[in-house]
Amino acid sequence: MRNFGKSFAAIILAASAMVPAAHAETLKFAYQGPLTQLDPYSLNETFTLSMLGNVYEGLIRRNEKLEIEPALAESWELIEPTRWRFHLRKGVKFQNGNDFTAEDVLFSVSRMRGEGSDLASRVPKDAKVEAIDDYTVDFVLSSPNPILPSEWETMFIMDKDWTEEHDAVKITSAADTTPNYASLHANGTGPFKISMHEPGVQTTFEKFDGWWDTARHNLDKVEFTPVSSDATRVAALLSGEMDMVYPVPVQDLKRIDSNDGTRVMTGPELRTIFLGMDQMRDELLYSSVKGKNPFKDVRVRKAFYQAIDIEGISQKIMRGMSTPSALMISPLLFSRSGEFHRYPYDPKAAKALLEEAGYPDGFSVTMDCPNDRYVNDDAICQAVASMLARVNVKIDLNAQPKAKYFARILPAGGYNTSFYMLGWTPPSFDSWNILADLEACRDEKGNGGAFNIGGYCNPKVDELAKQILVENDPKTRDDLIAQAFTLTQQDVSHIPLHQQSLAWGVSDKVTLAQRADDQFLFRFVTKN
Amino acid sequence: MLGFALRRLVQALIVMLAVALIAFSMFRFVGDPVNQMVGLETSIESREALRESLGLNDPLPVQFARFIGNAVQFDFGTSYQFRQPVADLFAKRIPATLELSFTSALFALIAGIPMGIYAGLNRESWLSKLFLSVSLIGISLPTFFIGILLIFLFSVTLQWLPSFGRGDVVEIGSWWTTGFLTVSGLKALILPSITLGLYQMTLIMRLIRAEMLEVIRTDYIKFARARGLSNRVIYLRHALKNTLIPVITITGLQLGSIIAFATITETVFQWPGMGLLFLQAVQNVDIPVMAAYLILTAFLFVSINFIVDILYFLIDPRLRVKQA
Repeated sequence: MRNFGKSFAAIILAASAMVPAAHAETLKFAYQGPLTQLDPYSLNETFTLSMLGNVYEGLIRRNEKLEIEPALAESWELIEPTRWRFHLRKGVKFQNGNDFTAEDVLFSVSRMRGEGSDLASRVPKDAKVEAIDDYTVDFVLSSPNPILPSEWETMFIMDKDWTEEHDAVKITSAADTTPNYASLHANGTGPFKISMHEPGVQTTFEKFDGWWDTARHNLDKVEFTPVSSDATRVAALLSGEMDMVYPVPVQDLKRIDSNDGTRVMTGPELRTIFLGMDQMRDELLYSSVKGKNPFKDVRVRKAFYQAIDIEGISQKIMRGMSTPSALMISPLLFSRSGEFHRYPYDPKAAKALLEEAGYPDGFSVTMDCPNDRYVNDDAICQAVASMLARVNVKIDLNAQPKAKYFARILPAGGYNTSFYMLGWTPPSFDSWNILADLEACRDEKGNGGAFNIGGYCNPKVDELAKQILVENDPKTRDDLIAQAFTLTQQDVSHIPLHQQSLAWGVSDKVTLAQRADDQFLFRFVTKN
Repeated sequence: MLGFALRRLVQALIVMLAVALIAFSMFRFVGDPVNQMVGLETSIESREALRESLGLNDPLPVQFARFIGNAVQFDFGTSYQFRQPVADLFAKRIPATLELSFTSALFALIAGIPMGIYAGLNRESWLSKLFLSVSLIGISLPTFFIGILLIFLFSVTLQWLPSFGRGDVVEIGSWWTTGFLTVSGLKALILPSITLGLYQMTLIMRLIRAEMLEVIRTDYIKFARARGLSNRVIYLRHALKNTLIPVITITGLQLGSIIAFATITETVFQWPGMGLLFLQAVQNVDIPVMAAYLILTAFLFVSINFIVDILYFLIDPRLRVKQA
């Protein structure tokens, strides 16, 4: 027994000697979900793309204010209205030592448009890509597109030789039984490389010494652990085990701010949360009104709008962590958003509108709502239901987990809803996407504005969207956008609610940039 | 004997098939996996193509037959979230769950038995009453609450122990990782094991106490006393031995449920075991992982029951007599 005790002590000593002393700066952080895979084209989702954005780079990138700046392309120009020329940066190395050239861009674009890619829409379907020489690439479009590179920060460039060498040209589909090399390993040009990746457990990043840019960060290592329980994630920050955790639940903001050595960083997120109404069917699927659709009447839509006390929601439910919005797009993304104002909260006016529309005693309708997707989503829906009750509209609330909710309301579920909630960030950070995806007319199958779930349709808006798409002059373009938004607001196509706030818990040892698109990029981090 | 074993085996197989069927049909109602696999802006055509490639458009009996056919070859398909074979994912997570489960079982025994003996022998002492009230807490407070309580006391306030994860692990061979060999690994085990083992500790303690109270009233203890044996020998050698039989049965069965239902503890402490994998799978409608977990759990219980049945047959002569 005594011998056992000795050898046990020896094992412990030996083991503790193996743990390296922490001289190098290591950033430890936690997010609520796991980094499921490393293939840069298999999932179009903010967190995955944000993590991979530390390893891979696009032709352009965005700074902490989300302004476009050169990355793998040093400069670009519009040679003809439909021909974009990109001059690639010279001397860039991939993390395996290979050189970055035009060939890699061509390869990446074709892989990205291949089968199983979730990012195929980054480049227009009919666009052609041509390599002029090793460091010049042309994108030839069928019609002008002034915002072509806007989404290209996350159009990650892979190394052709590396991908082919490891037999990873095809993107892993969920039906494959052997994992793809590229979904477990990464080789980009970015400031960090992945040294260890155990999906759902931990991912470790290490500084890439051969990065082409001068590092602003001072990190040698980054450890990411997914921590799904809110309480545990907050506790890990408070106890000093984590340098940064996100998202922080609203009820814990004060706790973190009042704790010594930690703070909460908040800022408006780009995503806009809004409500939508079925304006397409001749009779609502879930309502007491039979034979007609009350939402086809703009007065009813406006009554719903004015019955909602958005300030109340912001203060009571979001605890100040939201910014009420008049538009379907964040004010950060549209220069003239200051000209737009919400219809005032006015239950009396709402009642009058309903009476005018022929519903003096109101009616009842089912509201579909997610309960695990947006910040306090089901609480917001409950509040909306009680506010509408004051104007005699009875809401049957159907709050479901996102897995069931989206299966129901999205095109694949046949737009199976009468009154719903959705959050949307235009992936291109541009208003055109709102007009095309959320406001454009569609048919029953979803051709047209596929995510225009209520089926709002105004041909004038569609006409404006067409002009906006090809207009290269920024001022004229913003003018057209403002016209379109004025129309959708007059029509009450949707009821915009707010932009929710980002909430990151950060240790005082760390300074970082909180981007409004909720991307956490290590190149903006310093730790001391 | 062989006939008895065979009959039990057939019963076990029927149970497994029933579980598989229930699991499979239940998952039809958790939501659409395709929505979790793509971004919101993904087009309808690519969603449809994905659905087709996953075989989700096939008729249900075909899907079920394919599922069973693969499962008997330990092929549970590819995880929708991780795009990795489910069997590989589980193989990586099993060491974490087993180490946690065995440590909690050990904790339950080491703490539960002495407390039970003491409480059985000294019914009126204030310490016994304290043990009983503590055990009441162990039984009545939900696991996640105990876990969060411990985290806030020992991690946030005192900062003695880590609040999440396994600490540093050492690889043994190619398929096992252990936290037993590093200081941070051992430290990381303490809070989750207590959280997970508290209920079992309570159970064992109360069981031993009740058995102890019963046994010390029996004749052979009185005789032992008459023989002039010391209290120590009477209680620890003669009385304790006889209380242990039900305890061993219960511990064996409870071990199965510790392994299978470590889900909540693993989530609270972000312990990278099978339970955590399962819960993440539920949130993301990762059907292959959910199905594999349920089948695995069912398999665990069915095997334990099967072994217990066979052991009873070997131990209890009455069963054999009936056979003859």
